[in-house]
Amino acid sequence: MEKRLIDARGLACPLPVVNTKKAIGEFKEEGILTVLVDNEIAVQNLKKFAAQKGLAAAGEKKSDTQYQVTIQIPPKPFSTSPTAAPVTPQPDQGQPNQKQPNQDQPDQETCTPDSRKKGMVAILSANMMGNGDAKLGKALMKAFIFALTKQDTLPETIVCYNSGAYLTCQGSDSLEDFKNLEAEGVTIVTCGTCLDFYGIKDRLAVGTITNMYEIVEIMEQATSILRP
Amino acid sequence: MSEKIIFCKGGGCTAKLGAGVLSHVLDRLPKGTRDNNLLIGYDSRDDAAVYQITDDLAIVQTLDFFPPMVDDPYLFGKIAAANALSDIYAMGGQVKTALNIVCFPENMDLNILGEIMRGGSEKVIEAGGTLAGGHSIADDTVKYGLSVTGTIHPRQIYPNNQGQPGDCLLLTKKLGVGIICTASRIGEASPEAMEEATTSMTMLNKQASQICRDYEIHACTDVTGFGLLGHLHEMLDKRHSAILYSPQIPIMTEALHYADEFFLTAAGQKNRNHMAAHVKFRQIPFAMEEILFDPQTSGGLLIAAAPGQAEELLTALKKEGLPAAIIGQIIPREQTEIHVQ
Repeated sequence: MEKRLIDARGLACPLPVVNTKKAIGEFKEEGILTVLVDNEIAVQNLKKFAAQKGLAAAGEKKSDTQYQVTIQIPPKPFSTSPTAAPVTPQPDQGQPNQKQPNQDQPDQETCTPDSRKKGMVAILSANMMGNGDAKLGKALMKAFIFALTKQDTLPETIVCYNSGAYLTCQGSDSLEDFKNLEAEGVTIVTCGTCLDFYGIKDRLAVGTITNMYEIVEIMEQATSILRP
Repeated sequence: MSEKIIFCKGGGCTAKLGAGVLSHVLDRLPKGTRDNNLLIGYDSRDDAAVYQITDDLAIVQTLDFFPPMVDDPYLFGKIAAANALSDIYAMGGQVKTALNIVCFPENMDLNILGEIMRGGSEKVIEAGGTLAGGHSIADDTVKYGLSVTGTIHPRQIYPNNQGQPGDCLLLTKKLGVGIICTASRIGEASPEAMEEATTSMTMLNKQASQICRDYEIHACTDVTGFGLLGHLHEMLDKRHSAILYSPQIPIMTEALHYADEFFLTAAGQKNRNHMAAHVKFRQIPFAMEEILFDPQTSGGLLIAAAPGQAEELLTALKKEGLPAAIIGQIIPREQTEIHVQ
């Protein structure tokens, strides 16, 4: 599972879509491409693009100037336009994939740093660590997440569910740490049912929303699981 | 940051505020006492304001300005002027005077401004008008345009919304300049495509407007920031529907290619958001849809002509070298406002 992040905030249309198209061509296996943009219209253009390419995409508003679009990249080889009926030929479509093996290698490395350990998943199932005093538990959880950022090897994915959903929302003491992890390429997902249950979906401040199927899949494919 | 949400950073008519946003503001303006001499004002959403002076004389007023959409300042001046003058032609008027509107950074080379204004004044002269002055302010980015005054006979105004069912719809310029300029901005447009786009954008709608005088036309507007579908929507005025025949719509070939490359503008998407509920596409390729929403800078005239006259009008337009075509027809009001097939 390959994961990439494009920060297209501050870029005017059509650049977010143009950069996204380029990045998709550089995927070597199935994966998830996350694109950050700063306005709703750019989200709509990205979704329109994804729909034309037959790719599943979800947009999410983080704040008035922060939007995130998550695009699922299917396993190779994938057709880049199964649903589109373009009126002009698109000779470029196969090319990005063909020239990949050598020339895009450096790019790949900068986007997925070595510090992430493939298959390592951290599960944050509560907003506190251990059983006992709540105040202590929350302080421990904050320290755990901070310590995580300082490790030489980082998890590939962090999954937050139940009251763990509070950790990725506004008001959490760990947002900075999560953002640092995300910048290192760590995928952070929070259970949507849990966000709904606690009524904090609109306060999600880092990472994306996930569902139980994805959580099960992430756990199944994990080679090691960290549980504070 | 919030500014980027409302304003597109693209130049030309892609910089226009979205129609939806705009109507929210306009609807809330205090109207004041109605002056019966104001024949066309805010409430009609027309291209220019018309104010009657005497029984056989009215003045047509309009202004338009925007940031550059091409690198060459002289060309930009011509395009901005042609675009501003176009509103007079869409009303059927004659250009009399024009005033320069200039925003220019204080520390930028004044020769650039000179080139912009040279292009602009050449177009005013070509239009048969006189540059009578202007106003300039120091600003972070370049913007240029004109405030234009023309004259017209009060009973010879081309309304933009009086089309009748059965009328043929004609378009006098090719579509696609918005997306070609966008492709150019990111270095992806071919020189040939840019050449075709700039030639089209610098061309006045003067001939097209004058030719229409000799025929029975019911409505006329120029296709600019809201794209073909947006301007057709205004023409239909919630009273009629229309069918567009997409193979007949004149389009710059490269523009379709760039739409397939996903050089999608923010303004085009705003137009889509505003119009999607009114349009039904029947097996129309994605690229064609995009072009129909594409904001046009200095676009052509969209004309509703009486059915018996359309073919002759088309012949006359073509004789002048205009890439005109009959692109559709107005039909009685249906649930779907615009069918594209």
